[in-house]
Amino acid sequence: MAKVKVEVPVLTGSTVFPVMKEGATSGIKSHLAKEKDMVALGFPGALLPDWKERAVERMAELLKKYKSLQVYLDICVKCGSCTDKCQFYLGTKDPRNMPVARQELLRKVYRRYLTVSGKVLGPLVDAEDLTMETLDEWHTYFYQCSECRRCSVYCPYGIDTAEITMAAREILDAIGYGQKYITEIIHKVYTIGNNLGMPGPAIQSTLDFIVEDIKDTTGAEVELPMDVVGADVLLVTPSADFFASPHVESLAGYAKVFKQAGLSWTLSSHASEAGNFGMFIGNFEVMRNVAKRIREGIEIIKPKRLVHGECGHAWRIAYSFWNTLIGPFDSLDPNYPAPQHICEFTHDLIKRGALKLDKTANDDFVVTFHDSCNVARGARMGNMKGGQFVIPREIIKATCNKFVDMAPNTIHEHTFCCGGGGGILTDELIDVRIKGAMPRMNAYKAIKDSHGANFFALICAICKAQMTKVFPYYGYEMEEVGGVHQLVNRAIVMGGKEGI
Amino acid sequence: MEPSVLLTLVFTAMAYGAIAVFVAGVAAKLYRYKTTPSPLRIPTTPAPISPIGVPFRIFGDVVFFNSLFKGNKWTWIGGIVFHYAFLMVVLRHLRYFFYPEPGWVMSLQAAGIYAGILLPLAVLYLLMRRTSVDRTMFVSSLADYFVLALIFCIAVTGLLMKYYVRPFMVDVKGFVYGLVTLNPSAVPFEPVFLLHLLLVFTLLVYFPFSKLMHSGGIFFSPTRNQCDNPREKRHINPWSPNLGA
Repeated sequence: MAKVKVEVPVLTGSTVFPVMKEGATSGIKSHLAKEKDMVALGFPGALLPDWKERAVERMAELLKKYKSLQVYLDICVKCGSCTDKCQFYLGTKDPRNMPVARQELLRKVYRRYLTVSGKVLGPLVDAEDLTMETLDEWHTYFYQCSECRRCSVYCPYGIDTAEITMAAREILDAIGYGQKYITEIIHKVYTIGNNLGMPGPAIQSTLDFIVEDIKDTTGAEVELPMDVVGADVLLVTPSADFFASPHVESLAGYAKVFKQAGLSWTLSSHASEAGNFGMFIGNFEVMRNVAKRIREGIEIIKPKRLVHGECGHAWRIAYSFWNTLIGPFDSLDPNYPAPQHICEFTHDLIKRGALKLDKTANDDFVVTFHDSCNVARGARMGNMKGGQFVIPREIIKATCNKFVDMAPNTIHEHTFCCGGGGGILTDELIDVRIKGAMPRMNAYKAIKDSHGANFFALICAICKAQMTKVFPYYGYEMEEVGGVHQLVNRAIVMGGKEGI
Repeated sequence: MEPSVLLTLVFTAMAYGAIAVFVAGVAAKLYRYKTTPSPLRIPTTPAPISPIGVPFRIFGDVVFFNSLFKGNKWTWIGGIVFHYAFLMVVLRHLRYFFYPEPGWVMSLQAAGIYAGILLPLAVLYLLMRRTSVDRTMFVSSLADYFVLALIFCIAVTGLLMKYYVRPFMVDVKGFVYGLVTLNPSAVPFEPVFLLHLLLVFTLLVYFPFSKLMHSGGIFFSPTRNQCDNPREKRHINPWSPNLGA
């Protein structure tokens, strides 16, 4: 593969309005999907000869199926509130990365073919023909969006660019013009069961290895059980937790927490992936097909509780969508939320005094917490408003002595995306990913300079992968990035209080 | 036919036509927004965690523009002044639609005048914002300027009648009230008034086909009108209710 040209922004500690640079990232495109992946997902293998008609047809179908799309394509007044909110605009300076301009790419085609005014008045009302150039613009800019929904927070009508990006990607898929990274991964889930494409035996051997490794490095004897029928808890976690660094350290944290809780628990080789890239392409059927494995996993294992590991978009799907997609969860114990986030689980134990944590184990760290976009804006934890902000921070504060938050306009629902979410965590987009991370990196640099922050804690597999890749470009160590349960893993004192 | 009768005929027909297009167009759009399904729960944080909170959230966005306040204070202040000035001006005009005039409408007359002066200024402010910030300049197009210009001209022709040409108000009321009571009467032959009417008709006809539908659309925005309780209450996708269906 040709080396991708990369330009790293200089960090100043605060993000300011950039001077617009038209076309700055117009040349940075995702690879087109491969035929075998598209076909496996039920899409045409290559661009259809009648793609134009099919694209308009598909758009019309989606407008009848999604209130969000119908309302949002109509009502934007272009007030500009969103224009300086997207990390990809702030980082790339390309005006097509302003949320309203991104939406406009779809809207102008909508007006041209599906509105009265557009059919009659054409360019006078910003209606434009669908051409091959439009398709390429879509394929460029709808894959420079991470569907993080930051813009939606500031929109006077709540217009959600993620809904529009998903629709655009779905139209592109329907005419055979998909994106390689996402379709390839979903294909792997269809055939093997998880994003990494690890079959059961391969997972088993890495789990065995991790168990040994935990014993060697921390002396703790934990289990990472798989496919234990009748276990109390089924843990569904991103497959990256079995393999990638720093993800595995959170997995070790979960294992220790379960052990201290005295609960029997298990992973499932069938439901071996919490992630669901079906959301990234917006296709309901694909998303449900991927989620179905979780339902089947419950049927195989017959657990009482369903617990979910550290993963951002997956938690949005689990929390907000699973009940619709694969619910109801009648077979589970109704005394516990279904699904329950591992942070809710751990936090509950901490509150009840069931975990012994030695904060000094993390004394090397000044910790901050990055709210992952899908958890922050698309899901929740606990039984109170804003629980998704409170609970992980309380866990962190229970595991270390030094915690500091980043600037208020960059955390909670205002959080910046890591720059790699939404199906763009692929090498050919590295330049966009680095620039998209810039606002988040600036906020981190500010507390690094003021408070000496040196540990960037988070609860998302994609954020972990993106940030460990991007940190070195900005001159920081990738070891500064880690999961919340990585801190738990280090601080937890095993034995003693075992059982509740 | 006498020219004045013809003029009355034309303006009466245009008035009813414009109102019909406005009402039918807006109703059709709102019906579509209402009946299009929401397959999934997609509220944006901070969302209410029970259905009771939803009207309060929407109230905040409709009445105080809460989300815009978070997004941009300069646009927020312009938007607030513009919309409330517009509202006051519309309310002030209700005196032409009732006989006898309700007391509360009459009590708004003085404030309505100030709002009438503020309205074109607010439009100019919004126009200035749109053109002076490179980001909004980039996304603005003819349609955005058109509607600002239209409302500006409506406001200015209105003010002209208040302070300069002053048509005979009894005739104006006679014409409007005639429309309301389905008993058309002569339209006053006053060019500024006729222009004011034409511009208003244009706005009414343009409304349902344009971004002005934000006024009704906001109530149907799923990120704002859904509550955050998907674990407690199973949301059903109406076009795919069951697993594997």
